[in-house]
Amino acid sequence: MEGVVKSKYRAVVIGASSGGLKALKTILSVLPGDFALPVIIVVHRHPNADGYMEESLDHKCTLSVKQVDEKEKIQNGVVYIGPPNYHVLIEDTRIFSLSVEEAVNYARPSIDVLFESAADVYGPELVGVVLTGNNDDGVRGLQRIKRRGGLTVVQTPETAEAESMPKAAIAAVDPDHVLPLKEIGPFLNGLSIFNIQ
Amino acid sequence: MDNNLENEKIEIDLLIQAIFRKYGYDFRNYAKASLSRRVQQRLSRSNLKTISEMQHKLLYDQSFFETLLLDLTINVTEMFRDPYFFKAIRTSVIPELKRQPFIKVWHAGCSSGEEVYSMAILLKEEGVAQTARIYATDTNEAVLQEAEKGIVSIGKMQQYSRNYMDAGGMSSFSDYYTARYESALLNKTLRKNVVFSCHNLVTDGVFGEMDLIICRNVLIYFNDELQNHVFGLFRDSLCPGGFLCLGSKESLMFTQCSDDFEIVAEREKIYRKKGKRG
Ligand SMILES: C[S@@+](CC[C@H](N)C(=O)[O-])C[C@H]1O[C@@H](n2cnc3c(N)ncnc32)[C@H](O)[C@@H]1O
Repeated sequence: MEGVVKSKYRAVVIGASSGGLKALKTILSVLPGDFALPVIIVVHRHPNADGYMEESLDHKCTLSVKQVDEKEKIQNGVVYIGPPNYHVLIEDTRIFSLSVEEAVNYARPSIDVLFESAADVYGPELVGVVLTGNNDDGVRGLQRIKRRGGLTVVQTPETAEAESMPKAAIAAVDPDHVLPLKEIGPFLNGLSIFNIQ
Repeated sequence: MDNNLENEKIEIDLLIQAIFRKYGYDFRNYAKASLSRRVQQRLSRSNLKTISEMQHKLLYDQSFFETLLLDLTINVTEMFRDPYFFKAIRTSVIPELKRQPFIKVWHAGCSSGEEVYSMAILLKEEGVAQTARIYATDTNEAVLQEAEKGIVSIGKMQQYSRNYMDAGGMSSFSDYYTARYESALLNKTLRKNVVFSCHNLVTDGVFGEMDLIICRNVLIYFNDELQNHVFGLFRDSLCPGGFLCLGSKESLMFTQCSDDFEIVAEREKIYRKKGKRG
């Protein structure tokens, strides 16, 4: 379409651990149907978890929420959740790859694996968000995003069910934005709307 | 594109070429993201500065290549991974196989053998161990040597035991191994009908007349083109009516071979080649 300015960002990646489902509901439920970017999420969960998380988020959101499929093409305006027991990586061709390599810091899926791989593909066109959690997954990933020129966002620890993960990210990365949970959704929405003029 | 990023991509492509030309292992059609992650990881653990330096080292130092080969072929595995899959083998596949006098099973990409021993236990409990022969292959000789030893770290046994029960285990998991200090030694009788051998799915050919092929969590590392090649290889290696089993996130649907198979269990990723046994 003419008059559509090429957006600055091409994708959003989000990492969450304990308390993640609730936080994700808060964020994703305010994203409108015309949200212009793909949202790619890794949440720590049990290796044999069923599809409950995807279903309950899909129910809450205007955007469609689905589990990442092997070699699936990444599409704008879709929310993707990494499958239990697999790492999620992104190919240059903007499709997903999965891996069963060792857990990274006890996590598979690992937020770092997704973020690092996404940073290598999207470079400065990536937004990375670290949410609630009880460990420090996401730190290395967010560092990589920063190094490649992407935008880094962390949830304000006081608004997180578990503080360690956002705290660790803030200490290690000096993120571009530290936002209370309620403001993250509208903020992302702003980035996406900003792109279409 | 960020200059470093572009250079790293070029360097990785050249590294993959170098491995192929020097050692014959063909990673050219593997999915790039994982290769690149593993190469970067090796780089950060070495005292090399760039991937180009790594390429030089790899050409002149075979033992370094062997280390890198282990990095690139991701060998992570477990016993009775996805227990519901093994349960479905019991209910949907074994009854069909029982009608045959002799059963040939191929585990492609068997890694250090955990999946093979799991299947051997299952076949034994289902009463078909005597008539079955398992061909267990991998491209990586180092892991095959591990597989042949049948030693698993004792720390993992608790989880494997849980998996075993969830997979419909009929006995006590501890009947199948002896604990020795930090290791569990899997019973030798389990591998009586198992043949371990080297086979590369990219460069080697058909493995004939199989009744059941199990290839799980290998194809996720390949690109579309290579996946299609390997699906063709499996189709041509199966008897009519033979079964093909994939990993929980792999699928035969929407590939060039999907018309040659019917679905037995979609969640468990069990497919059956069309046609009647001759
Ligand atoms: C992640 S492991 C899967 C092990 C087991 N099937 C499971 O699901 O637990 C992948 C295995 O595939 C093997 N592999 C990779 N490329 C291969 C190829 N071209 N031919 C045969 N095996 C290959 C690797 O060496 C590795 O052992």
